[in-house]
Amino acid sequence: MPYDSIVCVKQVPDTANITAEAMKADGTVNRAALPAIFNPEDLNAVEAALDLRDRFGGTVTVITMGPPKAAEILRDCLGRGADRAILITDRRAAASDTLATGYILSQAIRTIGRYDVVFCGRQAIDGDTAQVGPQCAEKLEIPQITYLENLEALQGRTIRVKRNTGHGWEIVEGPLPVMITVVGTANQPRPCAAKRVTRWKKARVPAELPGEVKAAMPAASDAEVQAEVQRRTEVLQQRGLLLEQWDLDKIGADLQRCGLAGSPTKVYRVQSIVLTKEGYSEIPASEEGVRKLIQELVVDRTLG
Amino acid sequence: MIDVNRQGEVWVFAEQEDGVLHDVSLELCGKARELAGILRVPVAAVLPGANVRNLASRLIQLGADKVYLVDDPRLAHYQTLSYARVLTTLVDKHRPQIALFGATAIGRDLAPRVASTLRAGLTADCTDLQIADVTDPRDKKLHEKLLLQIRPAFGGNIIATIVNYDQWPQMATVREGVMSMLDPDLARPVQIVEEKIEIDQAELAIQLIQQHVEPRKVNLKGARVIVAGGGGVGSKADFRLIHELAGVIGGAVGASRAAVDSGFIGKEHQVGQTGTTVRPALYIAAGISGAVQHRAGMEESAKIIAINRDPQAPIFSVAHYGIVGDLKKVIPMMIKSLKERHGAC
Repeated sequence: MPYDSIVCVKQVPDTANITAEAMKADGTVNRAALPAIFNPEDLNAVEAALDLRDRFGGTVTVITMGPPKAAEILRDCLGRGADRAILITDRRAAASDTLATGYILSQAIRTIGRYDVVFCGRQAIDGDTAQVGPQCAEKLEIPQITYLENLEALQGRTIRVKRNTGHGWEIVEGPLPVMITVVGTANQPRPCAAKRVTRWKKARVPAELPGEVKAAMPAASDAEVQAEVQRRTEVLQQRGLLLEQWDLDKIGADLQRCGLAGSPTKVYRVQSIVLTKEGYSEIPASEEGVRKLIQELVVDRTLG
Repeated sequence: MIDVNRQGEVWVFAEQEDGVLHDVSLELCGKARELAGILRVPVAAVLPGANVRNLASRLIQLGADKVYLVDDPRLAHYQTLSYARVLTTLVDKHRPQIALFGATAIGRDLAPRVASTLRAGLTADCTDLQIADVTDPRDKKLHEKLLLQIRPAFGGNIIATIVNYDQWPQMATVREGVMSMLDPDLARPVQIVEEKIEIDQAELAIQLIQQHVEPRKVNLKGARVIVAGGGGVGSKADFRLIHELAGVIGGAVGASRAAVDSGFIGKEHQVGQTGTTVRPALYIAAGISGAVQHRAGMEESAKIIAINRDPQAPIFSVAHYGIVGDLKKVIPMMIKSLKERHGAC
């Protein structure tokens, strides 16, 4: 029996490898200095959906909300084998907190219509909140199973999942449709297939084109840019490489529930953690260096 | 969502599993007491479960003024939808101004569901909560005595203060071990308010089939030497190196949150603001970048050795000895060197 999955993914700044250079003098984070990456646990969510399709048949649709640049991770998903990818992009969605984001994603999922399972990564590394999955599920009025470690069984309309509770595990069972959030240890995401990567490399969402055209034709007038964008759009469309791009109108979103207006939580203050640089003895990463260090620790009685 | 209600109580979700209250709920009763003192309102704990009436007195001793008890056999095991129904029904009825949850597996599953139904704000994983007057920079309107929800963000590189002006209750999940528990006051009168909540069969749809709980049995606090691994260790298999080095030195195994979150090791090994705070004679941090929450839990160690490939890693700012290199090469060297010493003695 085939099942249709929808996976919510996010492009995030790589906070794991943040350095002092990424902090601005005023103490805020310079997002531009950080590489944008595929949120790690969202890759596990994509893998869980692809694995489900491998075992039972069906489709995998990937959605993301973000600026035009976020289409990068949609191409990545298509390279890994997703059937369909949709970018939700709209300036009016900017500054959405988790409640508004959950709402917008739920409206996009309702617009897609048919689904059996919605997968999300447990949490995104830029906020670590783990709130969007459950909040989206609530808006969809479907149950949620958080922290999937393994999909144990799927029979008819009943799914059985092993959850990672952090201090052990539990197995739960429930009906479809369901929202499932996936933890990083659930699986090993498959690599992109070279053939698919080549195929989808040139795919674009419409919002990416103006910037690319302007970069390629710096001297062109607005009218010329517009004409070139139009031409490229048609070429992409003919070749099946124009990715879907939806705005808040397309998904029938209530604007009062999106963006700043729809976000009850407001950032009041942000302080950076100052990275103090004090002296430490640098030990060379060699056998000799390590031996001397241990000798020193024995001498000062740190080690017995 | 409820409107601003300045007379509203401060609430704590009393999380229990098999009749045992979670420590974080008890810690929150104490914090709620402090916040409620400033606001001059009562503290209430919301206690859903089956046969859990006997837990009420402990919640009161540790800071709650009263307990809303929802004792129902269908609430024996935590289930998202039935517990969310309890919370949303009671919030609508009693209109608390603040609702706090532990940032546990259960709290992080439940609180967003409740907040979404209420269309209220929710801040995850707070490490501090305060009450202060806040002026909205947009319309210059003064909001008195708001809950400041303070949390690390951006991988621990910034501390953000979040407020919720008017879509109340002001909701937050709070990390375990961050707030300190009050000393129990046995003289506080026990006030229990029994509540009956309508639960729909559909809200019991996700059923527990089997459960396995791993006991906590790690003594990090008492260890003289701790060898701790982080996300940089790379895999559960490579984390064996950390165990091995700890074994050779005779120390305990610690871990950063990244290593725990990646499933390399159990949460009971976690060192940091959100795990255990330690002060050993020697702390070896391998593959730990040193987010502020981690440093807060170990920087008082007498000697710190940091091993990291990235010379810019913040862990070096608290280290006494730094080794810039691949821990997979450096740790075997340390093990070898230590074994040679043992052999020599």
